[in-house]
Amino acid sequence: MGTNNELKQYDEIINLANSLSSDNLRDEIVTNIYEQSKSICNQTIRYQSPEKLRQTEKLDRIFTSKIFGFPIMLAMLGVVFYITIAGANYPSSLLANLFNWFEGYLTMFFHWIHAPEWLYGVIVLGLYRGTAWVVSVMLPPMAIFFPMFALLENYGYLPRVAFNLDRLFKRVGAHGKQALSMAMGFGCNAAAILSTRIIESPRERMIAILTNNFVPCNGRWPTLILLSSLFMAVGLPKTMGTFVTAAVVMGIVLFGIVVTYFVSWALSKTLLRGVPTHYTLELPPYRIPKFWQTVLRATLDKSLFVLKRAVVIAAPAGMLTWVAANIMIGDTSILMYIVQFFDPFGQLLGLDGYILTAFLFGLPANEIVLPILLMGYLSTGAMTEVEELSAIKHIFVDHGWTWLTALNMMLFSLLHFPCGTTMLNIYKETHSKKWTFVAFALPTSIAIVVTLIVAQVVRGFGWV
Amino acid sequence: MCNNNLISLDQAEIGDCIKIKRLEVTGTMRRRLLDLGFVPSAKVVAVQKSPLGDPIAYEVSQTIIALRKEESSKIFGEVVKNESKTDD
Amino acid sequence: MNQKQTIKIALAGNPNVGKSTLFNTLTGLKQHTGNWPGKTVILAKGSFSYKGKDYTIYDLPGTYSLLSNSTDEEVARDFIVFEKPDITIVVLDATTIERNLNLALQVMEITDQVIICINLIDEAKKKGIIINENVMMDKLGVPVIKISARNKVGINLLLDTIDRMITGNISTTPYQIKYSNEVEEKLKQLIPKMDKIVGDDISPRWLALRLLDGDESILKTYMRRKQMGEGEEKSDGYK
Ligand SMILES: Nc1nc2c(ncn2[C@@H]2O[C@H](COP(=O)(O)OP(=O)(O)O)[C@@H](O)[C@H]2O)c(=O)[nH]1
Ligand SMILES: [Mg+2]
Repeated sequence: MGTNNELKQYDEIINLANSLSSDNLRDEIVTNIYEQSKSICNQTIRYQSPEKLRQTEKLDRIFTSKIFGFPIMLAMLGVVFYITIAGANYPSSLLANLFNWFEGYLTMFFHWIHAPEWLYGVIVLGLYRGTAWVVSVMLPPMAIFFPMFALLENYGYLPRVAFNLDRLFKRVGAHGKQALSMAMGFGCNAAAILSTRIIESPRERMIAILTNNFVPCNGRWPTLILLSSLFMAVGLPKTMGTFVTAAVVMGIVLFGIVVTYFVSWALSKTLLRGVPTHYTLELPPYRIPKFWQTVLRATLDKSLFVLKRAVVIAAPAGMLTWVAANIMIGDTSILMYIVQFFDPFGQLLGLDGYILTAFLFGLPANEIVLPILLMGYLSTGAMTEVEELSAIKHIFVDHGWTWLTALNMMLFSLLHFPCGTTMLNIYKETHSKKWTFVAFALPTSIAIVVTLIVAQVVRGFGWV
Repeated sequence: MCNNNLISLDQAEIGDCIKIKRLEVTGTMRRRLLDLGFVPSAKVVAVQKSPLGDPIAYEVSQTIIALRKEESSKIFGEVVKNESKTDD
Repeated sequence: MNQKQTIKIALAGNPNVGKSTLFNTLTGLKQHTGNWPGKTVILAKGSFSYKGKDYTIYDLPGTYSLLSNSTDEEVARDFIVFEKPDITIVVLDATTIERNLNLALQVMEITDQVIICINLIDEAKKKGIIINENVMMDKLGVPVIKISARNKVGINLLLDTIDRMITGNISTTPYQIKYSNEVEEKLKQLIPKMDKIVGDDISPRWLALRLLDGDESILKTYMRRKQMGEGEEKSDGYK
């Protein structure tokens, strides 16, 4: 096959080509193509109303203006959060009631077949409640947030965000398109890792990969929303409360962005030294999305995504947690051994052993951190019923929670190690154990340091 | 308004139309810019500065492309009359 | 065995012209769409049937060119060159045809089996852009179809054209980009030599141009694939 003869011909051709080639050939080729495209277009296309072609330009003068560019960005973020939080409450409790009602029948069924207590525990109190929790707490905010996000995305607003922010990214040695992969991170960090492929320079891409985790994904949103509504908006009338909750969540997200900048900067000064490489960004024309089609598709996609995760991860994790909480060694459960081991360290960070254990057990998916935490707190080892939000607050407060605990749990959730799927994707994309480890260790250390400082400062000043 | 002095793209005022004369970029970036339509004799309009002044968006071959100063300062051309703009 | 083999279709085009939307419309799948360049980073694959024929369709990454300056462009280019889709559909944005046509012309240098889809005609209409697709068809020598992938306009005509192209009822004579006399002269020297090595597998003119441009990777890949064994038309390993 690959005969000598062929190889000789090959060399001959290459040599001939090299001798014929000239430096500015590429310029000529491309210029030629452009000119011929243009001439074909001139013969086939007419522009009736040239002023209409300038609409995008006019809009950009607002969306990326010196004065309004940043305020509009912040306002959009705020509005999206506000609507998500205000809108999710009612469907959440509706779903919770629904699951609760069905649990009654499940219980009856298990009594009727004379199922042993442990089976009832594993299936209903562990598996069923775990899934129910995730679904009723996760689904509504996601089903509201993502359609809004999809509308902005399909309208063409995201590249403008990247355009506005590029200067800042450049200053920290990162790529302007990192803003796009960060935006994807709001949906799912694991998917966002794949989207960093749009960044061609390996150095800047690695920065984008390592920092993507500081954008809260859909598994962490609900934790942020729930905790800030329970602990930060206390004693406020409803609308005001929603407003404060949204403001706190937004503050946390902005803090995540600040950390992203800082870490990007630090990385490009140390592990990933280098100067920013080339950059071109296309700003596509604004296009009004098909409203209902976009909303329905995003809602459906996200709901299916959450449901799938709930069944695949939350269900077995709920079961495992139940088992760990109910198998006794001596008079202490396995779960309690772990909790007690982490407790001193947790306290130091303004958290506790349960919380750290929950984050650890939640490695496969951030969605299950909160349910596992609640399960741990309940002496029976089963997850609580979800109907009443205030009941959840009681459980927290009974275990010594203050607003500091809530704040630090939010911060830890924002900053800690990426979920298992994300790490797997990081490994697949970087082919490197070292960088995957960095992606784990770096955020975790930051989470520890930040919560430690916050806890010490707050306690030092005697604010709690 | 016709002047024969070449300016780089980043020196153009917003609204200026520039006919490209040469690119002083090499390697991949040169190819990328060519592909995007920054070819000699093409006309480019500076359309929008980002809030912090850099990058700047240019209209080239019917598309809006943002370039950082690092690149736009290496593309040279002369200011020509903007045909695509209706006077207002 | 030929009976069951599906027909391979590739979707090429600039970023953001609606390739994924068209892909979704044809296959009923839900590739992620969004108004920013670069969201389709993986080669997506789907299938559909029309008039009793089975098709596999690939959503290539959006690129401005096939001159291979980036991984995306290489993926798109290598797919068209080596996987040899039965038809390559080049999707154009009706509002920026001038820019989009560059890619179409480049695809037409590589393969004859091309259909041009002018997408987003609803947007073009809004902006008062009038496109004479018949004249364009004459100039380009391949079918040109106006569609709106999102509003499902022109899809039937597209499917019909695909069908007729597969059954051999449409023959194409793609527009060839003309270069300066100097370059054409050089091409004349190279092309005859090219024929001996690649035969009909790759367009000799196109390959000669790439070599003149200093890109030897295609010929190298070709030799390697040839050594690994002919007729190996695996497309599943493609990521
Ligand atoms: N108005 C209109 N918008 C469309 C049409 N087809 C696609 N779009 C929109 O164009 C944008 C880019 O589409 P997408 O399929 O993601 O482009 P790709 O990058 O080529 O895959 C999306 O916001 C689509 O909703 C169409 O026929 N009409
Ligand atoms: Mg796409």
